[in-house]
Formats: sequence, C-alpha cells, structure tokens
Amino acid sequence: MPLTVAIIGNPNTGKSTLFNALTGLQARVGNFPGVTVEKKIGRIKGTADPIDLVDLPGTYSLSPRSLDEMVSVNVLLGRQADVGKVDAVVCILDASNLERNFYLACQVLDLGLPTVIVLNMFDVATTRGAKIDIAALSKKLGVQVVATSAHRKEGLDALKAAIAAAVPNGPGPRPHPFPETFYAECHQLASKLAELGRSDAPSFLVERALLDVGGYLETEWLAGSDIAEPWKSALVESRARLKEAGCRVPAVEAKARYAWAKQTLSDVATAPAARAETLSDRMDRVLTHRFAGLLIFVVLMIVVFQAIFSWAEPLMGLCESGQSAVSSFVASLLSPGTLRSLLTDGVVAGVGGVLVFLPQIGMLFFFIALLEDCGYLARAAFLMDKVMSKFGLNGKSFVPLMTSHACAIPGIMATRVIEDRKARLATILVAPLMSCSARLPVYTLFISLFVPDEPLMGMRGARQGLTLFAMYALGIVAAALVAAVLRKTIFHGETPPFVMELPAYKWPSPWIVVSRVWDRMMAFVARAGTLIFAAAIVVWAGSFFPGDHSQEFEKQRFIEQAEATQADSLKHRTMLEESLGKLNERMASHPPATESERDEFQEKLATIEGGLAVLNAELKPLDDARVEVNHLRASSVEQSFLGRLGHLIEPVVKPLGWDWKIGVGTLLSFPARELVVTNLGIIYGLGQDVDESNQQLWSTIREATWPDGRPVYGVPVALSIMVFFSLCAQCAATLMTIRRETNSWRWPLVTFTYMTLLAYFAALVTYQVAIRL
Amino acid sequence: MSQTLDQLPEGQAATILDVEGDDAVAVRLLEMGLTDGESIRSLGAAPLGDPLEFEVRGYRLSLRIVEARRVRIRS
Ligand SMILES: Nc1nc2c(ncn2[C@@H]2O[C@H](COP(=O)(O)OP(=O)(O)OP(=O)(O)O)[C@@H](O)[C@H]2O)c(=O)[nH]1
Ligand SMILES: [Mg+2]
Repeated sequence: MPLTVAIIGNPNTGKSTLFNALTGLQARVGNFPGVTVEKKIGRIKGTADPIDLVDLPGTYSLSPRSLDEMVSVNVLLGRQADVGKVDAVVCILDASNLERNFYLACQVLDLGLPTVIVLNMFDVATTRGAKIDIAALSKKLGVQVVATSAHRKEGLDALKAAIAAAVPNGPGPRPHPFPETFYAECHQLASKLAELGRSDAPSFLVERALLDVGGYLETEWLAGSDIAEPWKSALVESRARLKEAGCRVPAVEAKARYAWAKQTLSDVATAPAARAETLSDRMDRVLTHRFAGLLIFVVLMIVVFQAIFSWAEPLMGLCESGQSAVSSFVASLLSPGTLRSLLTDGVVAGVGGVLVFLPQIGMLFFFIALLEDCGYLARAAFLMDKVMSKFGLNGKSFVPLMTSHACAIPGIMATRVIEDRKARLATILVAPLMSCSARLPVYTLFISLFVPDEPLMGMRGARQGLTLFAMYALGIVAAALVAAVLRKTIFHGETPPFVMELPAYKWPSPWIVVSRVWDRMMAFVARAGTLIFAAAIVVWAGSFFPGDHSQEFEKQRFIEQAEATQADSLKHRTMLEESLGKLNERMASHPPATESERDEFQEKLATIEGGLAVLNAELKPLDDARVEVNHLRASSVEQSFLGRLGHLIEPVVKPLGWDWKIGVGTLLSFPARELVVTNLGIIYGLGQDVDESNQQLWSTIREATWPDGRPVYGVPVALSIMVFFSLCAQCAATLMTIRRETNSWRWPLVTFTYMTLLAYFAALVTYQVAIRL
Repeated sequence: MSQTLDQLPEGQAATILDVEGDDAVAVRLLEMGLTDGESIRSLGAAPLGDPLEFEVRGYRLSLRIVEARRVRIRS
C-alpha cells in the first residue's frame, strides 16, 4: 500500500508547482464525487517506498463554510472515502509572507497528523532580506521544516527525504494556541456528543464546530438526525459562556492563532525592519493609478485582441498550406469517388478547417497565462471590482470571465474562487456569453470577408480589429446585463464581499506559461480529433447522400486529366494574367505621358491579350468543366438530407437574413460552434480544389446568391451571423461543465434556453436594423 | 479616537480595535489577519474609488469600502 500525503497551503504559494516537480507531471486529475473540488493525485518520483501525493485547492483557512471546503478537511482527516487515510500533510507556506501563512499552518498542526512544513518561495524571501533560522523553527514546532524554491526545483531532495521520514517520525506536538477556558468548553462538547451517541468525532472537528458560527459542522453535519437540535443549542450555550469569559467567537480563533504565529516566529525569523519599497510597489503605483492604470488596462486589452487578429496570421497561413498539402496528397492517391470525397471534403477539410485556428488559440492562452502568472490579473480584479459590483458580481468574477474569453470551460471551473454561492452561479451562467476562442473562427471568417481592409486613421486593419473588439464588447455587455437581471431575480441577495490578497508582481515563469498554453492547445486538438472529426463525417454524409454523383466524378476525372496534360498552358496563362495585372497597375500609377510611351503600352497589352485569347480557347473545355462541377455539386447538396432539412428551417432563419445553407450550418454547429466553418465549407462543396481551398471557401461565400440572384451575403448578414454566434450556447462541453460544477441539470438547461433565445432576437434586431441603415 | 478603516487617509497607519459581527465577511477579515492590536496602513483606493488597498502583516490586502467600514481602528 502506498502512503498518501496531502498538500495544503494558501492560494498561490506554489503547491501545484511543487506537486508537478515531485510527481513529474504524471497526475491523475478528476473530481471529488458530489462536489466541485478537483482531485489531483500523483506518485512521487524516486522514493524507496511508493508515496501518493494529493494536491488540494488553495485555502486561507480550514474552517469549512461549504460542502466544497469540507472536502479538504475530510481528506485531511481521512474521512473522504475515495482518497482513504492520509498518512501525512505537507503544508506549503510562502516564506516571504510567513506570518499570514502561519495561520493555516497552526490549523494544520492542530489536526495531529505527521506534518512537513515547507517554506516555499525561499528565493523571494531571501532577496527581500528576510532571515529565517530553519533549524530553530523546526525545533520549536517539533516537525520538519524544509526550504524550497519550487520553480527552480531547489530543495526538492530534502523535501522528499522529509516526506519519507514524516510518517515514521509521527505527528508533532499540537500548537495549543487557545486559552484554557476554550479547551474546557471543547471537552464538555465532546462529552455531550458522546452522550448523543457520536463518540467518533475527532477533537479537531469539535473545536471547529465551536469556532465556526453558522458553519457546516453546526448546520449541516448532523442535519436530519434527531440530535441536530440539542447539538446546536449546546454550541450556542458554549459560545455564550466563552463570550462571558472574554473569548468572543469567532474573533478568538484569529487572535489566538496569530498570537501563536507571532510568538513562534519571534526569534527564528526576522523580516526586514522597514518594508523597503520594492519594484513591485512602484509598478503598482502606476498600474493602479487613477488615470494611467485604467488607460493601461484598456490599451492592454485592445493590444491583446489586435495581436490575436494580426500576429497569428502568418502561422495560420502555414496551417492552411499544411492542410492543402495533405489534401492534395490524398487526392493524388485516389481517383474521384465517394471515398476520396469523404477523405478530402469530410475529414481533411473538416478537421483542418478548425485546426487552422490553433495559432490564435495558442496566442490568446499565451496572453492570459502571462497576465495571470505575473500577477496582473489580480490587479485587474481590483480595478474592475467597482464595475462588477454594479452588476451584483465581484472583482473575483473578473478572472473567470476574462478566462472565458479563451474558453468558458476553464472559466467556469475558475469560479471556484468565488465564495458566495449566488454570485458564483450568476458568474457561471454568464461566462459562456464571453467570446471564447471557438468563436474566433466565425469572427475571423466573416470579418475578413466583409469588413473592408481600408486604413482607418492611417492604420491598416484597424476597421477589422475594431469590429472584432466590438464583438467581444457585445458579449461583455450582454453578460453584464444578464448578470444584473439574475441578481435581481433568481439570485436575489446581498452583493458578495471582496476580500483579496494582491500578490507582488513577478517575472512570469516561462515554463508555467508554456505548459499552460500547451495544455490548452492539446485540449483543442483533442477536440478537433474526436468531436469535430465525428461531426465532420456526419455533415459530409448529410450533404453527400442521397444523390447521384457519377456525373460529377466523371467531370472531375476529366478536369484532372486536362489539368495534367495542359499543365504548361495553365502555368503560362497564370503568368500572362500576372503580367497583365502588373501592366495595368503600372499604367494606373504612372500614366504614359508621351505618344510613344502610349504606343509601347498598347503594343504590350495587345501581345498579352492575344496570348491569353489563344490559351483561353485552348483551355475552354477545362474551364467549362470546372464551372459545371460547381453547379453539379451545389445542386446535389440542395437535394441531400442537409438541403432538405435546411429548406425546412428556412422560414425560421429568414428574418435573420440567412438562407438555408447558413441555417443548416448553424443548426449543425450546436455541439461545438467552431463546426460552422467546417459545415459551411462542406455545404458549399469546397475543399476539393486542393490548391487554394480556403481562398475558394471565401470567394464562394461572397458570391452565393438567393434563387432570384440577389447576393446572400453582405455586411448585415455577416453581422447577424456574428451576433448570433457571439450570444448562442453552442457548446456541449460547456453545458456539461456547468452540470458538473453545479451538480444539477437545471443550470445547463437555463443557460442553453436563455442564450439561444437571446442570440436569436439579438441577431434579428441586428439584421433588421442594419439593412435599414 | 476611534473610527472605521474606510476613513483612514492614504499613507497613514492605525491600530485595529475589532471587527464587527460574526458572519462570513467578519470571519474572512479575521482570517486575513485583521485582529485587534495589529497595525494597518492605507495604500489608497482603486482608480474607480472602490475597493481600497491596505498593508497588513507585511502583505497587501484589498477590501471594499463597505467591508472596511466594519473594522474599527484607533489612529
Ligand atoms: N519566485 C518563486 N516563484 C515560485 C516558487 N514556487 C512557485 N512559484 C510561482 O508561483 C506561482 C504560483 O504557483 P502555483 O504552483 O500555481 O501555486 P498554487 O499554490 O498551486 O496556487 P493555487 O492552486 O491557485 O492555490 C507560479 O507562477 C510559480 O511559478 C518559488 O519558490 N519562487
Ligand atoms: Mg494549484
């Protein structure tokens, strides 16, 4: 049987960094049953006897106020069945902030388990001028104390040795921080409990029950049993007596434990006399300055969005060429037919069309990881709290909502930091409104197609960047309004508190940033490989069957043969077209001034046009066949299952300015919204022209017409599509996450319903207003 | 003279007298180290005027005005 060791500590003290360093990233990640707490277990590398490490969520105290917080306490007490008995605790403290961290250490030592105290961030403490006598501290506490710098993997061997020795050493002495009257009351309560038939409660739980007014142990622990009432009144009486004796609950706990911390640290640790003004303090003065701070915040957010849009482009080009290469390779192996269509139009076009967005997703997660790791996200919460509290949320909702811009799933999981249940639910329900990275494909596609690239105030791409920004803003505004409504109706209640530590700024750790970006990108690829893969095949089949494709394949074979035999002519034609373009350009920029110049130009033009005419005549059968294939394909899609479904729903989507193709593409992207790019590609019969698959998708969409010849797409339709995708709940994985985090089907259902209705009506209004402008 | 923490001018220090109430907010304030006798310094407010920032026990803590109002201090 391996030993089980739990890691506990304040938030942000390096627990996960240490956990990863000790276990070598081979963690089993899951959830504790019934609650929202993540369970992470891994085996320590390189120890004689096997030791399993459990990473618990960061906490400032062990006083359980909710079922979730009770999990950590239950794990530590060995009452959590799926972890089993915990043999030892590793309590991780931030060495640069010892006094505050010692509060939790005191509670942990009170558990009476074998304990190792880790002073992490020792490098930071040393640079700040703190001096800590490890040996003396260890002697005073009666447990092992180890100094580490987890991000540099310093002190890990000593820590491993200490963990291995902790169990044989047994528990250290309990701190005994409270006055004797308190312990007397606990004793009395324990005998009362035994009288009521519960003699199994450890003394730690009895102390906690007495200390936590209205806490889990008072209200829910024994709820439902007939001893709940006598237990409650015993607690109330005890507290009254303690108050008489000058030990008011709950203040007595903080007072006693902090006094113990001060006394313990008094002669073993010296903090620098006056806290010198650090670089972090000076940076903070600028970054939280009344004007500069807000300005920097807004500029930072705009830069991030602009960067995602323009910097990722070269990389996206690479992905596209990769996709084309794979597609041509497949096409070169097979002759036109159903199998080739499945592979190139279904699989490669479908999965590839989504993978193209990998660079943007990587870029977005890169920024979020960077801001989080350097400590700016906490400032963002500080800056934004006033705004968030207007909508009944708090500054802590900011990080989850900001993260939701990358993906709502980690965002929803990050709401665990919000203690207030109603504020947390409200945050979860509006998080999917934030424009996540899966919406980027839709925005990118329609913005680059329909928003002009003309410079605005001298900046190229500024219009496109601004439109993208507007789409993000729409999600944020909608979320704010919905949150305000929710807090006034179903989550009616007081505005939740905002008590938050502001960590010092630091250089982000490249390893942490890279590993977070990598994790997210791999998750996206895995999604593309499974869900999107399956969906692409379904959509392809829906658009391919039923239908007779023999004529189309015939033509396609002819085209490919002609392309092979007339390759030289095709190349020649491309060259001539290019020189014609260049010639016209030069004409436009330097109009011929003299007669002779004009003649010379006319002569050149005549030569090129003559050449082109010959080639065009020669290539006419090929060109005609290409046009015909497109017609054949379009009509076979229209007769397919998808086409019929599309015509069925057309009346519903017509008021949004959509035709049946958009309608069906959207309907089929409810499992995952980024599917729409794939779906449109397949529905428009693209992906077979392997050389320029994406170019083709784009121009085909632009040229699509209604039966009467009017163009389908234009700015109003593009806007209505983007608005719809911005507000709609098209992500099965998010809904599943909400179900898991709230432990009920009710909230995912509510989310799905309100978002879909909101999206439909907002798109309707957008289109109807835009066509009238 | 006793006042509440939200009235502490920027840059000045004071001694904490006590935290009112026994609800979750009070407990959280206590856990974060706002116990009687401890000294606390104001570092100013966020750009929009709320929340406030303090230095206590060698670290930085942010509180809303309504929460700071529950902490009695002596300057
Ligand atoms: N300077 C320094 N930074 C560290 C050290 N250990 C961890 N860090 C950094 O501290 C940050 C937080 O580390 P995490 O491991 O995520 O902290 P955590 O305790 O798991 O945080 P929560 O899970 O939020 O409670 C990361 O940016 C680490 O790179 C250290 O010893 N010295
Ligand atoms: Mg962690």
